[in-house]
Amino acid sequence: MSEKKAKKQSLFTRLLVENPVFGLYLGICSALAITTNINNAIGMGIAVTIVLTLSNILVSSIRNLTPADIHIPVYIVIIATLVTIVGMVIQAYTPSLYSALGAFIDLIVVNCIILGRAEAFASMNPIGPSILDGLTMGCSYTMSILAMSFFRQILGTGMLSLSNPFTNAEIFSIRLIPEGFELPFFKEQFGAFITFACLAAAVSAFKANVEKKEKSAEL
Amino acid sequence: MNLFTLFISAMLINNIILSKFIGMCPFMGVSTSMDSAVGMGLAVIFVVFCASVLSYGLYYAILAPLHLEYMKLICFILVIAAFVQFVELFIKKNSPSLYKSLGIYLPLITTNCAVLYVALDNITQEYTLLETIVNSIGVPAGFMLMLCIFSTIRERLRGNDVPEAFQGNPIAFIIAAIMALAFSSLAGLV
Repeated sequence: MSEKKAKKQSLFTRLLVENPVFGLYLGICSALAITTNINNAIGMGIAVTIVLTLSNILVSSIRNLTPADIHIPVYIVIIATLVTIVGMVIQAYTPSLYSALGAFIDLIVVNCIILGRAEAFASMNPIGPSILDGLTMGCSYTMSILAMSFFRQILGTGMLSLSNPFTNAEIFSIRLIPEGFELPFFKEQFGAFITFACLAAAVSAFKANVEKKEKSAEL
Repeated sequence: MNLFTLFISAMLINNIILSKFIGMCPFMGVSTSMDSAVGMGLAVIFVVFCASVLSYGLYYAILAPLHLEYMKLICFILVIAAFVQFVELFIKKNSPSLYKSLGIYLPLITTNCAVLYVALDNITQEYTLLETIVNSIGVPAGFMLMLCIFSTIRERLRGNDVPEAFQGNPIAFIIAAIMALAFSSLAGLV
């Protein structure tokens, strides 16, 4: 997409059209696995955003020193170190979140979004834009998994609730679907795939609509 | 645990794609034709097996005696990245025809969560060496099986009249949902 066009679109449109999860299908493993409630999604989203921003800063600051032949192992070690640190912090301060996310904290290392941004953006740009890119991509990822978990939690349990991960105290909890009418399969694998398919289809329909409008504006 | 039971449960019952959502990215990307599905599947079996056994040795021979367990993530990912690079160079030099058919999948494998997941899982579950070997063949075999089944379904799908918004990946996720439903009935088998 050309610069001029990108400027014309609003931030909301760009977040949807260039969405890493529903638009480019990156980082879908965690988007499917941990989105059973919004607590997990917020925790995972913040963890990924932190790792992504820090790795963008580090990769961009050593971009002139990295030999081209081994750049992927170098980036992967940087990301793995950051993930180990973030994992330890999560384990120390929010043990309930640590046990809920399980192996998926370690698997942030192989989240394609992070290596993808390091390779496609941070390795060629100065630190400032890389930080901005990390934050935008992280927010976009967080929004996507938040949307997934929002639908899955409401349809699967009938409740929408949020609790403080530091103390496990409940912040709020509302019942939206009366008891006995919820659809428990939305908590299972089947529901994860269905929710993802519907949201991805919605994003692709939105994208087609935007492109159609642009075309008619050009004519 | 009985080794045969472990193999069946790693391959079918706890299939990494449908029950744990691991390895989704290559699953969606490569499952468009049978040929690439078989190529990718074989490459993954080979890399997962060797990388898991190497990481297993590294963990129990070096990291555990030195109490460096917290370094396992960094060490394992290095082993995987280095191993994939090594395999790529080896195949390129010794069998150019195999390299031509497998080459494009090899760099993809470094970022395949399945490899890292199996290496870490063998340690978390405290498997013995024999169980590690069985698990590291069973899990990627399940991955390959899914990839092959899925690629044939997607080939059939190409001629179908799918609603515009669902074309491409969204309809593939709907199919994955139905397959997950079918596979979930295997859950009580072991």
